[in-house]
Amino acid sequence: MSGVDLGMPAFPDAARQAVRDAQLRHNLGRATNTIRNKRAAVVDELDDWEQLRASGAAIKAHTLSRLDTYLEQFESAVTAVGGTVHWARDAAEANRIVTDLVRETGETEAVKVKSMATQEIGLNEALASAGISAWETDLAELIVQLDEDRPSHILVPAIHRNRSEIREIFRREMAGSGTPAPTDLTADPVQLAEAARHHLRDKFLRANVAISGANFAVAETGSLVVVESEGNGRMCLTMPEHLISVVGIEKLVPSWRDLEVFLQLLPRSSTGERMNPYTSVWNGVTEGDGPSSFHVVLLDNGRSEALADEIGSQALRCIRCSACLNVCPVYERAGGHAYGSVYPGPIGAVLTPQLYGVESEDTASLPYASTLCGACYDVCPVAIEIPELLVHLRNRTVRERKGWFDRLSSTAMRGLGWVFGDSKRLGRAQRIASLGGRLFGRRGIGRLPWPLSRWTDARDAPAPAPESFRQWWERNRTGNGDER
Amino acid sequence: MRVALFATCLGDTLFPGAVRATLRVLERLGCTVEFPPGQTCCGQMHTNTGYHEQAVPAVRSFVAAFEGYDHVVAPSGSCVGSIRHQHGIVAEHSGDRKLSEAVGRVSPHVHELSEFLVDVLGVTDVGAYFPHRVTYHPTCHSLRMLRVGDKPRRLLSEVRGIRLLELPEAEQCCGFGGTFALKNPDVSVAMGADKTRHVRETGAEVLCASDSSCLMHLGGLLDRQREGIRTMHLAEILAGTEEDR
Repeated sequence: MSGVDLGMPAFPDAARQAVRDAQLRHNLGRATNTIRNKRAAVVDELDDWEQLRASGAAIKAHTLSRLDTYLEQFESAVTAVGGTVHWARDAAEANRIVTDLVRETGETEAVKVKSMATQEIGLNEALASAGISAWETDLAELIVQLDEDRPSHILVPAIHRNRSEIREIFRREMAGSGTPAPTDLTADPVQLAEAARHHLRDKFLRANVAISGANFAVAETGSLVVVESEGNGRMCLTMPEHLISVVGIEKLVPSWRDLEVFLQLLPRSSTGERMNPYTSVWNGVTEGDGPSSFHVVLLDNGRSEALADEIGSQALRCIRCSACLNVCPVYERAGGHAYGSVYPGPIGAVLTPQLYGVESEDTASLPYASTLCGACYDVCPVAIEIPELLVHLRNRTVRERKGWFDRLSSTAMRGLGWVFGDSKRLGRAQRIASLGGRLFGRRGIGRLPWPLSRWTDARDAPAPAPESFRQWWERNRTGNGDER
Repeated sequence: MRVALFATCLGDTLFPGAVRATLRVLERLGCTVEFPPGQTCCGQMHTNTGYHEQAVPAVRSFVAAFEGYDHVVAPSGSCVGSIRHQHGIVAEHSGDRKLSEAVGRVSPHVHELSEFLVDVLGVTDVGAYFPHRVTYHPTCHSLRMLRVGDKPRRLLSEVRGIRLLELPEAEQCCGFGGTFALKNPDVSVAMGADKTRHVRETGAEVLCASDSSCLMHLGGLLDRQREGIRTMHLAEILAGTEEDR
């Protein structure tokens, strides 16, 4: 599981720390609010949004149902245009393939296009241990890399940072890996961007190897597509001699025409733009134009297993837009780091446990990191039923986990299930509870023992009513009184 | 019209006032209300925590109690959401085909209160009187599972004497989330604190919603804050009339 930050405390503990960080909550609240309002505005412009969304879901679902066929078609198409396809079962295999490919070029550094797949497998760390420096060139990824931090958002990896924090990071860290930041750098966004441009320029001009992911891979033509905002991707994809792309097997779409749907869905959902500034598409190699060697590493890393789950496989439709993060009230308070995975937020909560299983406390806590409010489903451009998936994965967690706490919860839930299974048992439980209610009166309860203290630490709890509705009905409407 | 009332376990045990208010509104509008005594709980707490197997007895007791009624009404968007969207999943999980079929017959007849009043009875003015400043929180499952839209607000806006105040960021979740409130208390309370802050900003005396569960969470926070803001279920506001004064 190299490169995946799963050595963190489970979600509730990590989130507790995050909630107490006032600066973080302010940064996150502000940023997510801005993006989600932008998204809502550009989505509302399209009167066929729901049809687009349904098409996106249908194309992805169809592709996933015949993924084997489309993957082989993609491999043939890439090979036909002079590229080489490699198949990686897991992170270790993918890292080994990429490391070997870079070594063969004789280079010791590479520039990178922002990529979730390479983060998922921990490629930068793997390359570093082989003596190869991989430089992130997306502005936010650069901030995170310079600070030796972890990304906290799929689209905006440094969303947890504000301008003055970024200025500090640039001033402190840029000199260590290339062109330093100007000494009089302020927190003005234009100045910050300029400092990043200068810092990155050297790296673009020097690098002979580029590493990318892809937003889409077209089976029909063997084309790869990267959608971006800053132009750093275009630089990486065109300037170096060697290009290596690490692509999750779920990134496939059958035909060129399918991009019409996704290139409308993705920018509106992710940055809240009608169209993103740069869309790069490349097909193999062309003499004298761009990279002369081109490799694709197709990454499984748990995807085939997720695909086998009839309900869970929906998560593989994801196009990494992060609309679900921006609209999630839990993400907004807890931040991305609390999820302990490169995939945070609602989609992370359904993807991470499927890619890595629910054996560890960390991944098992993720399906519970949601109130099931449903806001994520409403904005998902490929209509992934995230709340339903969360409940499905909670069920898997209950079935697979057998620790002491799981057993205790299970016993309690079994007991309650038994009470709720029969109205006579429920009536008896209510009569006992209402005795308690009469003792407390109708005032709220300020303190309860563990585990209910988790409620009363910050909230009063209601006392049971002195008379349940059932008792009231029997007394007033049936003439049976209390005899049941 | 003959109507079966589903009190919900929470309403029955902790908030019987909201259930009696529902009964009152329905009877005032001419419904003949029955309370099938075999009813217990929708099973949502078990289902949503992943205990599908343990939710089966609740689903069984639900279909046994309500089979055959044309209209079942409950004062909870969340419980009705679970009945309409999850009972099928739980039944299928149990492998009992008969149960799946029974769920298929019963669940389409189950309505959340505002849906029933507006869609089935075709009423928005229920003859209520409530001379107070009220803000309404549209609960997530009403909004995004049942898609009740503005029905609760339409009902409230017809209440005489009411001053309905706009709740900022109304559609954001309050942070209750069932067992989420216990499993992730810090995030739950942080969300609830933002919601109650918005409630205070409106200057309302009463926070109203269609789910006792969300109100239990928000009411618990408001009581702790000692701001003097009450929580009331939609049914409780709709139940009051001028003659009560």
